[in-house]
Amino acid sequence: MVDATGYPSLDALRTRLEAIPRLSLAELEAEAIALLGRKGGILTAEARRIPTLPAEERKPFGAAVNRIKVHCEEAVERRRAELAGARSPFSTLDLSMPGREVWSGGLHPVTRVIQELTGIFRGLGFSVATGPEVESEWMNFRALNFPPDHPAMDMHDTLYLAGTEAEGPETRLLLRTHTTPVQVRTMREGSPPYRVVMPGMVYRKDPFDASHAPAFAQLDGFAVDEGICFVDLKATLTHVARRFFGPGVAVRFRPSFFPFTEPSAEMDVRCQLCGGDGCAACKGTGWMEILGCGMVHPRVLEHGGVDPERFTGWAFGMGPGRIAMNRYGIPDIRLLYEGDMRFLSQFG
Amino acid sequence: MLVSRRWLEAFLNRPLEVREVADRLAMLGAPVDAIESLHAILEQIVVARVSAVIPHPNADRLRVCTVEDGAGTWQVVCGAPNVVAGGRYPFARMGTTLPGGLTIAQRKLRGEVSQGMLCSGRELELSDDHDGLLTLDTDAAPGTPLLDVLPVRDDRLDVDVTPNRPDLLGHKGVARELAAALGIPFRLPVIPGSRGEEVPASERASGVSGTTGKNEGGVGVQVAVEPGSGCERLLVAVVRGVVVGPSPLWLRQRLEAAGVRSINNVVDATNYVMLELGHPLHAYDLATLSGPMVQARASLEGETVVTLDGTRRILTQGMTVIADAERAIGIAGVMGGEATEVRETTTDLVVECAWFEPPRIRATRRSLGLSTEASYRFERGVDLQAASEALRRGLEVLLTVAGGSVAGRPIDIWPAVRHPARIFLRVDRVARVLGVTLPVRAIEDALVAIGATVVAKPADGRLAVDVPGWRPDLEAEIDLIEEVARIYGYDRLPSDLGPFRLGGRDDAPDATAADRVRAGLVPFGLWETLSLPLCDDSRGVAVANPLSSNHGQLRSAILPGLLRQVEANWAGHQGTVRLFEVGTVFHPGTGALAPPQEELHVAAVVTGARSPAHWTSSGKGDPVDIWDLKGLFEAVVLLANPAARVQVASGEGWVAVDEEGRLAGHATPLRVDAPAWADPVFGLEVTVSLSPPGPPAFRPWPSTPAAQRDLALILPSGVTAEKVSAGLRKGGGRIVESVTVVDEFRGAGIAPGQRSVAFRLRFRDPERTLREQEIDRALERARQEVEETLGIVLRTS
Repeated sequence: MVDATGYPSLDALRTRLEAIPRLSLAELEAEAIALLGRKGGILTAEARRIPTLPAEERKPFGAAVNRIKVHCEEAVERRRAELAGARSPFSTLDLSMPGREVWSGGLHPVTRVIQELTGIFRGLGFSVATGPEVESEWMNFRALNFPPDHPAMDMHDTLYLAGTEAEGPETRLLLRTHTTPVQVRTMREGSPPYRVVMPGMVYRKDPFDASHAPAFAQLDGFAVDEGICFVDLKATLTHVARRFFGPGVAVRFRPSFFPFTEPSAEMDVRCQLCGGDGCAACKGTGWMEILGCGMVHPRVLEHGGVDPERFTGWAFGMGPGRIAMNRYGIPDIRLLYEGDMRFLSQFG
Repeated sequence: MLVSRRWLEAFLNRPLEVREVADRLAMLGAPVDAIESLHAILEQIVVARVSAVIPHPNADRLRVCTVEDGAGTWQVVCGAPNVVAGGRYPFARMGTTLPGGLTIAQRKLRGEVSQGMLCSGRELELSDDHDGLLTLDTDAAPGTPLLDVLPVRDDRLDVDVTPNRPDLLGHKGVARELAAALGIPFRLPVIPGSRGEEVPASERASGVSGTTGKNEGGVGVQVAVEPGSGCERLLVAVVRGVVVGPSPLWLRQRLEAAGVRSINNVVDATNYVMLELGHPLHAYDLATLSGPMVQARASLEGETVVTLDGTRRILTQGMTVIADAERAIGIAGVMGGEATEVRETTTDLVVECAWFEPPRIRATRRSLGLSTEASYRFERGVDLQAASEALRRGLEVLLTVAGGSVAGRPIDIWPAVRHPARIFLRVDRVARVLGVTLPVRAIEDALVAIGATVVAKPADGRLAVDVPGWRPDLEAEIDLIEEVARIYGYDRLPSDLGPFRLGGRDDAPDATAADRVRAGLVPFGLWETLSLPLCDDSRGVAVANPLSSNHGQLRSAILPGLLRQVEANWAGHQGTVRLFEVGTVFHPGTGALAPPQEELHVAAVVTGARSPAHWTSSGKGDPVDIWDLKGLFEAVVLLANPAARVQVASGEGWVAVDEEGRLAGHATPLRVDAPAWADPVFGLEVTVSLSPPGPPAFRPWPSTPAAQRDLALILPSGVTAEKVSAGLRKGGGRIVESVTVVDEFRGAGIAPGQRSVAFRLRFRDPERTLREQEIDRALERARQEVEETLGIVLRTS
């Protein structure tokens, strides 16, 4: 039993001190933190009060605090030793020895980005649609309002399948250069409203280097109904960007060109690396290009069998690989395709 | 498109901040990829006056100059032959760094101190001239910054122009956009010393041919356009008496800032117009033309032209050429010919300004593999209406910088005049597409700002819009709505999330299945990977135009790609590799033109430690073996194709066979060229079934106790554990709950070729507790069954 100190705040601790020998292990550790913890411990707080007291009070109060602190520490240590003795089979082990691990696994960073974005879109009433990776030239280009023999075709360096090169656009086969043809397929399968995202692999005749791959993932999406407008496009994609990049992220829309949307836009978000000051990653602009979007071109709606006078819609397309590279700081796109365990195991 | 800030300033008549220009252009749809600062390093160079020049005492070719730079008087040793007392030259003071990287310091040249450097044009990277100092025609005080006297400081913006905007391939178009955004006027820059008033207006020919530029003897140049040749309009001017030589500094600087090298004053004048108005012009040496004649006609099969780059081009039918009376002298819209090139001796010119059909130019440059500044513009569509203006501007610059005069009036062959489209814009449609109701005035202003002529038709709520010739991309109402939004500003439109109707569609089964398989494989300690679906696969569907033979086919299986990733991991000294991939494989279609069959597969490879090394087993873990593979394969089949059954394969490993008897997967040890230290590699690949598994159904478990008995049996070779298990089950009857293998032994006491396998039988009756005798009798029946049907006996030793 500790003598009363005459300081009420300290004397109040005497009953807690007496209770220590009866505490369980969990209770003991909690109590040790409550009393002696370096941050929130009551006695630590009391000790901090000492310098604020009048000079003549500092010494006696300090001594009293120290006395009760020593008693508490001893009681805690005693009880710890008692409890340790009770857990007999393990009491002799060095519990600092490493534990036995199991192999963990994980999803590819590109999959993680696709699943996270798809999840956000699901929350906005979208479902997932897919389509073949080999398409006819007609579906990949003509249905999407690419004029034949137009420089817009240069935006998509295309891989064709052997044996069909000499055919007309209806039967000439190619590796789809975007997942946008799934828009037309979706429209032909049923009537509006449509709210669909379309993930999948796409192909370009690009060299395999640090920033290009001949095959990569794309995530497209579109919404068509009566009364859908450019404001809906801005609002929905801004919402998605804030869910994905963080609530405070700044977003901007600027004009662009895609044959299958009009008006067309690019959406940028504030550069995640420099915060807008301009750096090498954002080419000094302070913005990161995230996706292309726009109002579905009336001719695309017509190709899907939808009346463009009655229905309007918006669409977007983005590269989850590029977003993963930005988000995780991956410097070389080839890392995504090498299956290096040192790389993949960072995304568990 | 490389754009000069100073050139834009000349259009807009005000100083521009380059960053702001870049931001404005980005928000107008033409983002700037890079900004390059030009001649900024010349900020340190000053104007100096040479007050005295004396011969160098120890060198014939050097002179010792007294130089005043406003701050002091310096002695400078100089080798330039053109230095004279009283002259003003660019001066690099001590401590200055020149564009080449040289930093000037005090030094001695043949015994004489030199305190700085007087500079040539080449040393300042202002010209190629290194014959002497750059003489400054100025009376600026010594010490004046050189850039105040020679305003060459500029910024070069690399503007990313989308393929629909040919108008932005000239400075005028870029300036027009900026003027629209800033709400200010713009005008063509004044040409220093312009002789523009001497340029006669062109004259339209009545048919498809005519003559222009007659000389004193009445001989002119015949000009003709062959109908169907791909040339819709051809303007030709004859200029006589030019002096070919270097261009003045202002012209060289503008071209250089826009990324084009100065050639001579004539070529520079045509390039100037291309960079300013976006319309390529071409000048020919009149003396080299047979006829003399200039005509646009269709190419002949096999016809050849040696182009300006010195290459002999063989043409095919369907191209457009410019020809004289005898031969093709240029590939229209792509590149001129060497034979008619303007040379230093040229005095008389033919200047051509034309409009060619964009698809034909595109086909021609693709077929010839020859992409030029000109083809880039013609392919996107130059301004048909403004061709005469482009020629007029070209002649203005040409007369100003190269002298001469236009002979007669330029001829304009335009057999069928075509005006740009008139488009009707419904005002309420703008609101429906954009989602906000803009004032009609704002809509009109936006369209006027891009150069359209707008006539309101209030009666039916429409605007009649005549689009300008430089915007061939504006074809329909929706194009105008984009222009309204663009000029009004995308960022000024609201972005409030409104109510919406659900799409009401199910997710695609393959997407759902792929995600289900991915999620199911991660807990096995496998990492998802991606490999390129393009590979070198002799069984794969071939790509017609692959970039490399390594990527020549579409894969018919995923596993080979994963094996290559194992090898790459080995190369990086990673011994434990556990990968899976879910993706599409391709099989040839049925029929010549049928698309390939696409199938969703999952594949996995494992090698290395079965579990992470731990000190309790001395830091060594067992490597993955074939039984790990079988277990993994069974788990993957259950996950990806639950209707399929795993069977022992005829070779090494196992296969999965689906309900229709089709192969649905396989698992096998993989033979590879592995490093000596590597563990065996195992792989599997399974076709993913797209039908979703039904929901799990709860089954109550029995409350009666189970009993188990082990049997050690001798299995002769050829008898499988699977058969024995089935026999034990059959013999044991209804109360046998399960039969599992618990041990295998070969060796001492067992005849060679045989093995002892221990089976554990688990007995239970869900209704009641079994009695000992019942269990023993069932065990005996089981033993007898395998003895009678398979000849299996109990192990006795």
